[in-house]
Amino acid sequence: MKPDRTELVAFLAIAVAGIAAPLVLPGYSTQFAFLWIMVVFALTWDVLGGQMGYNSFGNVVFFGLGMYVCAVVQVAPFTDLAEYTSASGTQDIGLTHGQYFLGLAAGCLVGAVVAVIVAAVLGSGILALRGHYFAICTLGLGIAAGEIAAGIDLIGAGSGMVTPLYPGEIGSRERFFYFLCFALAVVVFLTLRSVYAGRFGLAINAIRDDEDKAEAMGIRTTRYKTVAWCISAFFLGIAGGLVGNIVGFIDPTEVAFAGATYGVWMVLMAILGGKGTLWGPVLGAAVFHATQELFWTYLFGWQRVALGLLIVLIVVFFPQGILGWLREHYPERFGHRIAPAESPSGEEAQRP
Amino acid sequence: MSDLDLLFQMPVLNVQLFLDGILVGAIFVLSAYGMALVWGVMNVINISQGEYVMIGGYVAVVFAKIGIHPFFAVPAAAVFLFALGWLLYRLVIFRVVDRDLFVSLLATFGLSILIQQLLNQIFTADVQTANSGLDTMMFFNGMVSVAQIKLVSFVLAAVIGGLLVLFLRRSRLGQAIRATAQNARAARILGIDTDRVYAATYALNAALCGAAGALVAMTWVIQPFQGLAYTVRSFMIVVVAGLGNIGGVIVAGLGLGAAENFAGFLLGAEFQVAFVFSLLVVVLLWRSYRLGRKRRYLR
Amino acid sequence: MTEAMLAVDNVSKRFGGVIANADVSLQVSPGEIVGLIGPNGSGKTTLFNSIVGFHPVDSGSILFQGREITALRVPQIARLGLLRTFQQTRIYAKMTCMENMRISTANREGSLRAMFRRFPPAVDEHAEELLEFVGLYSKRFLRAGDLSFGQQKLLEFAMALMNGPRMLLLDEPTAGINPTLINGLIDRLRRANAELGITLLVIEHNMRVVMNLAERIYCLAHGELLAEGRPEEVQNDPRVVEAYLGVH
Repeated sequence: MKPDRTELVAFLAIAVAGIAAPLVLPGYSTQFAFLWIMVVFALTWDVLGGQMGYNSFGNVVFFGLGMYVCAVVQVAPFTDLAEYTSASGTQDIGLTHGQYFLGLAAGCLVGAVVAVIVAAVLGSGILALRGHYFAICTLGLGIAAGEIAAGIDLIGAGSGMVTPLYPGEIGSRERFFYFLCFALAVVVFLTLRSVYAGRFGLAINAIRDDEDKAEAMGIRTTRYKTVAWCISAFFLGIAGGLVGNIVGFIDPTEVAFAGATYGVWMVLMAILGGKGTLWGPVLGAAVFHATQELFWTYLFGWQRVALGLLIVLIVVFFPQGILGWLREHYPERFGHRIAPAESPSGEEAQRP
Repeated sequence: MSDLDLLFQMPVLNVQLFLDGILVGAIFVLSAYGMALVWGVMNVINISQGEYVMIGGYVAVVFAKIGIHPFFAVPAAAVFLFALGWLLYRLVIFRVVDRDLFVSLLATFGLSILIQQLLNQIFTADVQTANSGLDTMMFFNGMVSVAQIKLVSFVLAAVIGGLLVLFLRRSRLGQAIRATAQNARAARILGIDTDRVYAATYALNAALCGAAGALVAMTWVIQPFQGLAYTVRSFMIVVVAGLGNIGGVIVAGLGLGAAENFAGFLLGAEFQVAFVFSLLVVVLLWRSYRLGRKRRYLR
Repeated sequence: MTEAMLAVDNVSKRFGGVIANADVSLQVSPGEIVGLIGPNGSGKTTLFNSIVGFHPVDSGSILFQGREITALRVPQIARLGLLRTFQQTRIYAKMTCMENMRISTANREGSLRAMFRRFPPAVDEHAEELLEFVGLYSKRFLRAGDLSFGQQKLLEFAMALMNGPRMLLLDEPTAGINPTLINGLIDRLRRANAELGITLLVIEHNMRVVMNLAERIYCLAHGELLAEGRPEEVQNDPRVVEAYLGVH
């Protein structure tokens, strides 16, 4: 699928801005890193919610899983895990450069794989639920995961876990993770773009539009649903590993399995930008992140209240999102047109 | 597990846990019934259910702080929440009633977050309670203790539930509500103002939650972020019992209260919330599996 | 005797207290066009649903091309080449007609790689041919949900053809279609049968259509098989006339 001119321009602009950002505004590196994580959140949510019609409130499960697994992989080979977590961050395991970066890479990968396995296993049962039952079940899943993690002593229980110290100068740490997050967002976007261009993209759209019809046409709906969730889980797992290391401290209910924040934001960003499109979630993530930063700066203390209000306003008054709104007003730009061109047989097109 | 052994060796402990459980379960029944009402009448799953419960609880807390006995908070919370429910219906809910069920889900979820954060701002995240000043009763030579307030709240919950059922059966508005639940279009054709019915139903549900919340504040604790657990409990009860099955709601509600209490004892208090949410997942998966064998789906 | 394409043997289905199908048997031979008629509520759609696996049957067996499909699920049966269209007409509303057609191509292979494969240009060509066959070529880039009801019905039919089925169960294919266009639809159904070799079992209320189209007819009433035979025989069968209360 060749990108059209608008898309190419957008790619270029983002590439330039993305690479320049931490160099131009180094103080905001972590904020920008989180912007890209939000993009990943929105895009992975949209695979299920926007493209496939399965609105999940629990995708944060994979994020948290990735976070914990990555931290464990980073720490466990070098020290006793139980000792480390009960020391609550006072134990410095003194990793070398190689150990740290290798551990980070391995951790993210293992975290992603674990997330995929969980998605595959749970998916077979949970994805049999439809509509609101699926939504609420995943909500329960996300929160249960957080509560259970908060009770397991090995990974720090309620006090959480601390990720290893970055072995480098202060400034380079922010830059390093920024570029990792940016790279992740780009990879996710391009992967989804490629995946949507084939049979997979249309199949999950068909499931969204009429799942019974899709089944009646022979589409292996269970398989597509599970694979879609696995794709989201994979990237969310990696994101989790990265964020765990950026924040430095994994809190089970506030950071890892933060259903009431990240879990809801995923949904909101995709809806705000226009769910079911590729650029919608990206747009939505950008707008949402900017708004959120504004709230934090100017409405401190009341920022979460404002966010709650924003959710209600968007859902009630603007559910089609930015791209949805554009599509309604300019359908031709999205390719929905009557094409009175010559038909293959050369005759004038019939009108039934 | 030594806790499990304890249950086997001390049967009276089971009685204690069971009793405590169903006494709290009565409150769950109220909230579940309200959710079933809104769901059945307007096809809206109200995620902010638990938050209404919490608001009711805070009414009781405020009453206790300013010197009024929290018992009076039960009707006061009901009235206050009725008005609030009506207001929220007019501002937000009516716009999502006829839409996609997911939109109403998300809208009420947004409301839930909004209310949680507001409560957090106003009352802080500390747990609070409203002291009713009642004693504890002892049975079986002091082996089983029942807090009087829990018994009182059980009775009150039963009374409120009974009043509600009576209202729905006998009053004109109640009948209009039931008619709309059965067939909204037919009700409209027969002259029922379905919009007012929806508003009344939603407000009624909020009032129910408010009263339940006042009871919760007296028998347990409330906290701005505990609302979701009540929402999930209500949802579970309705799913297990089925819409329109009052008896089922009662049994499921009391049963859930008891089950939770046992789980809290066996797994530890820190896992009690995890139990509730995990149970939700299990219940839904189980239901789905059973229906799947007949090639049907949860609708 | 050639093996029946579809053999329904003593199938019964009840919903709670309502008996929808009681010991219904029918056969369709390869290449035939068979009609299924009966007054409203006689259990025709339920029978279709049973055949394609939408719900389990209480008793009886269903064989497709000699193979037992009674316990199979909808997607499996569809992949064997037995498709159905819906009475209310179901298409993928938010996708364009072309996308509807593309995703209707069969994926018998089912490997992970096949799931992600791009659609080759041949698919688009075939889709355009079929869309022209049903007269929707100029609408191919419109959202399917924006089409009129009649156009959606035609799209659904084209999608079924796109899948390359051996047999098609059509549930009231002419319902809601402008009467002046019904002849065109009958013609297309016949051509699909003759040129593409697709066996058809058609539920119809429009007697003119059934008489014109079907070689044999089964009549259901109150969940039971009432009569079977050539169209003229069944049409004049007094029991059938009575079942319809004299409505022709």
